[in-house]
Amino acid sequence: MPDNNRPLSPHLQIYRPQITSILSILHRITGVVLSFAALLLAYWLASAAYGPEAFARAQAFMESGFGRFVLFGFTFSLFYHLCNGIRHIGWDMRFGFELPTLRFTGVIVVLTASALTIITWLMAYGHVGKL
Amino acid sequence: MVEFSLPANSKVVEGKYVKAPEGATNIRKFKIYRFDPDTGENPRLDTFEVDLDKCGPMILDAMVKIKNEMDSTLTFRRSCREGVCGSCSFNIDGTNTLACTKPISEIRGDVKIYPLPHMPVIKDLVPDLSVPYAQYASIEPWLKSDTPAPTAERLQSVEERERLDGMWECILCFCCQTSCPSYWWNGDRYLGPAILLQAYRWIADSRDEAKGERLDNLDDPFRLYRCHTIMNCTNTCPKHLNPGKAIGEIKHLLLKRR
Repeated sequence: MPDNNRPLSPHLQIYRPQITSILSILHRITGVVLSFAALLLAYWLASAAYGPEAFARAQAFMESGFGRFVLFGFTFSLFYHLCNGIRHIGWDMRFGFELPTLRFTGVIVVLTASALTIITWLMAYGHVGKL
Repeated sequence: MVEFSLPANSKVVEGKYVKAPEGATNIRKFKIYRFDPDTGENPRLDTFEVDLDKCGPMILDAMVKIKNEMDSTLTFRRSCREGVCGSCSFNIDGTNTLACTKPISEIRGDVKIYPLPHMPVIKDLVPDLSVPYAQYASIEPWLKSDTPAPTAERLQSVEERERLDGMWECILCFCCQTSCPSYWWNGDRYLGPAILLQAYRWIADSRDEAKGERLDNLDDPFRLYRCHTIMNCTNTCPKHLNPGKAIGEIKHLLLKRR
């Protein structure tokens, strides 16, 4: 019998974070972040089309400490979402469901995304190759 | 609906503290979720000191000891005590598993025991499972066939039978079902990992002739596709089965028949 006075048992409050669920919610979060990144990209391109003053303002924001922090977050989001997206394609093709594989690919995705982010920023600062 | 915090009547408060008898040296604290439907008070977390020197090795042994010696009102489901009935599934030390097959020694610090997550609680550790049972009934978990019944058994080759391995072992303890955040937020419409594993068990059965009809029933944004491959299900299954993989197989079959 349904009884509205029945309490709901604790869930998020007590469930120990799992590598599976953490990486999954990170995929969702980076996806949302990337939609904001698309807005910023659109603003940057539009400012370039608008004129030198507008573009200078956009550039000033991007170059500020906060701007760089935001761009760094966007870079990681892009690479994480990309790498984990490939992991998702694997699942769609019925690969990588076994528990050890699942954990291994999860770690690989985080490491690859971090490495790509760092390499990109080293390149941007001129430490690696030339842009 | 996604609601991260608990409703007001479900917030857990500090409960009573029951000390171990004098002279006990190997003490472990068990913190157990309690809810008494007769008082109407909020659920509480009671602490029991258990003397591990006078207790069996499994979590269930400690729970039975607490019920026998410290508080006979402690209420929980249990039966076979060997991991085949699926009754004593709880959230133990943060993940869902069977109390009877989980050794106390695997847990560091206090042992926290909650009912299966995000379910209505009838009393203490007993959740109301009528929704998942109704969802199980909805996938019609029996052999369906149009051909006349043979005079003997419906035969399978060894390979056909092997396809069911990893699925027939499911004991419907609902550890996976209630570990899935997607099931927490959409449990009224999403079938959940345990039910979808069973759905695939019948789809994959060579003797079943209702494969198309079964796939039709699953081809739904909520019933099947609320699975986002979070994989908490496979991570927590006490029988080491792979519900996430079974769901992947169903999605693949649906894609293939497009």
